[in-house]
Amino acid sequence: MHEMSIAQSILDIIFQESQNHKVSRVLSVSLKLGELSAVQSESLRFCFELLSKGTLAEGAKLDIERVQVTCQCQECGSKFTVQELVFTCPSCNSPKIDMLSGRELSVESFEGE
Amino acid sequence: MTLKIPVVRDILAANERLAEDNRRIFRQAGLFVINLMSGPGAGKTSLLERTIDALRQEIRMGVIEGDIQSSYDAERIGQKGVQVVQLNTGGSCHLDGNMIKSSLDALDLGNLDLLMVENVGNLVCPAEFNLGEDMKAMILSVAEGDDKPLKYPLMFQESRVLLINKIDLLPYVECDVGKMRERALQLNADLEIFEVSCRTGEGLDSWADWLRQRVSDRKAELDGAKT
Ligand SMILES: Nc1nc2c(ncn2[C@@H]2O[C@H](COP(=O)(O)OP(=O)(O)OP(=O)(O)O)[C@@H](O)[C@H]2O)c(=O)[nH]1
Ligand SMILES: [Mg+2]
Ligand SMILES: [Zn+2]
Repeated sequence: MHEMSIAQSILDIIFQESQNHKVSRVLSVSLKLGELSAVQSESLRFCFELLSKGTLAEGAKLDIERVQVTCQCQECGSKFTVQELVFTCPSCNSPKIDMLSGRELSVESFEGE
Repeated sequence: MTLKIPVVRDILAANERLAEDNRRIFRQAGLFVINLMSGPGAGKTSLLERTIDALRQEIRMGVIEGDIQSSYDAERIGQKGVQVVQLNTGGSCHLDGNMIKSSLDALDLGNLDLLMVENVGNLVCPAEFNLGEDMKAMILSVAEGDDKPLKYPLMFQESRVLLINKIDLLPYVECDVGKMRERALQLNADLEIFEVSCRTGEGLDSWADWLRQRVSDRKAELDGAKT
């Protein structure tokens, strides 16, 4: 599963930022994961734990915020949360929509000492 | 003392940068590039073979074969007499921008019009990683069932084209193609859908015509930019 490469990318970011901020131990990491991103939280935790062993992020807790899929209709402008994977405007039925959130895959912040 | 450090960085940013590099290289070479994705065994290599047979008189094609292991698919494509490189991902379940970049030296891009990348057989992970392609195309075979769009939404969202393959098997499997289409279009109303059989050849003419048009549009676009 690609959670392994995602976990490695998270660690790469953490190592870089730790150096920049003179942090020698990472206690927790806050992530945003869109509901539509193909990343499973449990599998990501497992991979992160494995890859962080022996590094300054060993034992760090992952705080994962899942972000709902929201869209805006190009025709009528209404904003809505996507229910049951139907990407059609519930107000006017138009399929012409822009996704506002749901694809997030980001490191928001981390705590260290 | 505990510090809270704001970061706000995209986890896939490193891959995005590499994909952008690839995209620039492809543009410069005047190439149209497809990233072909599907679950294992849906018919990616078979579709490539059929597509090469259909277009070889008019279009210069190359193939990058992504596999976890083995060079079996690359050998099949090699028999067609087109440029092909095998990428072994060594366990990784998807191709990424870096792997594509490292394979480009093995190809003579200046002598190609169309580059087709066969991603690792997997309905989940490849959808998350851009390679620098012009479009993603996915294959779903009728043997896999009509519920797949509901279980793997991201790939349907990311794809420009859906090829419903193995329609020759429809009498023998439980699959409602109408339902499959409807569910796929709910996820992505812009999907171009082709119903094909790589065994009998049914439906492949319209796919080849459509693809030929994309490649010639790209050429026209680049020629326009030059003058
Ligand atoms: N009946 C039928 N069989 C097909 C069709 N297309 C492909 N197959 C068969 O399905 C099997 C898998 O086809 P491949 O083209 O190797 O599939 P693939 O997606 O490249 O497989 P991986 O690279 O292993 O993920 C082969 O035995 C093909 O002969 C089709 O349209 N109808
Ligand atoms: Mg194959
Ligand atoms: Zn609307």
